[in-house]
Amino acid sequence: MGEELKLFGVWGSPFSRRVELALRLKGIPYDYMEEDLSNKSPSLLKYNPIHKKIPVLLHGGKPVVESLVILEYIEETWEGNHAILPKDPYERAMARFWARFLDDKCMPAMWMSCWTEGDAQQNFMKESKENLSILEGELKGKKFFGGNAIGLVDIAALFIAHWAGVLQEVAGISLVNEEKHPILFKWIEEFISSDIVVECLPARERLLAFFQAKKETMLATKAPAQ
Amino acid sequence: MATAAEKEGVVLLDFWVSPFGQRCRIALAEKGVEYEYKEENLIDKSPLLLKMNPIHKKIPVLIHHGKPICESLIIVQYIDEVWSNNPLLPSDPYERAKARFWADFVDKKVYECGTRLWKLKGEAHEEARKDMIEILKLLEGELGDKKYFGGETFGFVDVAVAPFTAWFYTYETCGKFSVDEECLKLAAWAKRCKGRESVSKSVHDPHKVYEFVGKLKKKFGLE
Repeated sequence: MGEELKLFGVWGSPFSRRVELALRLKGIPYDYMEEDLSNKSPSLLKYNPIHKKIPVLLHGGKPVVESLVILEYIEETWEGNHAILPKDPYERAMARFWARFLDDKCMPAMWMSCWTEGDAQQNFMKESKENLSILEGELKGKKFFGGNAIGLVDIAALFIAHWAGVLQEVAGISLVNEEKHPILFKWIEEFISSDIVVECLPARERLLAFFQAKKETMLATKAPAQ
Repeated sequence: MATAAEKEGVVLLDFWVSPFGQRCRIALAEKGVEYEYKEENLIDKSPLLLKMNPIHKKIPVLIHHGKPICESLIIVQYIDEVWSNNPLLPSDPYERAKARFWADFVDKKVYECGTRLWKLKGEAHEEARKDMIEILKLLEGELGDKKYFGGETFGFVDVAVAPFTAWFYTYETCGKFSVDEECLKLAAWAKRCKGRESVSKSVHDPHKVYEFVGKLKKKFGLE
């Protein structure tokens, strides 16, 4: 495939980093364009007019949007190297189910746990911990969600492996806990011990500084949480 | 003597008016798969549903040879992969990505906006009305002059959107607009879908949907 491949992303976004991880696992070279979400480029608005969001993967001039859709596109276009979805239809359905669970339930609850207070926060934290226990159950006996190798669900769970720890620190709460989630903790260690994964992660210090600043702005203006 | 349904080993846990469940019924019908339909009481969920979908406790759930698959678009993709006749997703990866995008768009936008349309009043209702018309126009833009979203053949996006055509009457009545007037091509597509056996057998009469929403409104004290 000699066609031009470009990824529009944001350095701190787990969604665009997911796409980078999939491309790197498959050894596919690409150009990266950093977007400023407060001043979206004409290209971004042209290639994703409906949602106006990153990531956008541009392949031979044709845009693919929504990170999970992009991951499946990458898998189908570059089939040979490092499969991220299993071949069996039932196993594929399960992988898709867990990826959606991460996006629709885990991430929003964890995010909101870090940006709310009082009763609302308690509820989000309770929900997050339940979700993490469910994930633990799914990981049992496996090195990765994908089995012996990193798969779609592991890529989708990148947020938990890196962003969650930073956000917990900023919010002063504990969600992913080695005592309560030993299997998940082991998965995080295994996952981020891979060089390819580390290359895809934004520097922790930079992420920490970014979220600290966001928190300070929030407290200063007493703006409602996102 | 095993029935055809028993031989296929397919069971669908569903709720009659659910557009998400109807997607699965349409997909199974398109593939000619015999299955056992089980109507769930959502106020008193069956032990089977709670066992097969312990995380979300929702319908639809497809059970194939005892193994559950949840989430309607995931179920439809599973059906498409297991029964390869009459493919619903195209073979080209880019076209598949586009189909998945639009199915995801329907999931993110239509039901939520529709709910705001019948639940809310005043300015919020007006906003829901504007949003719904915009959503339908965007869908129509994607349809263009094609016979179906899938082109000449009924495809994945058609399956994803078709159940919502039964809700058009409800949206029109609650929002005081006409799909015929705002989106003529989409209205024509809806009629074509209704003429397909898989859709007409799976999707209920729009007036029944409107009645159902009426009951919900009373339940929420909105009437």
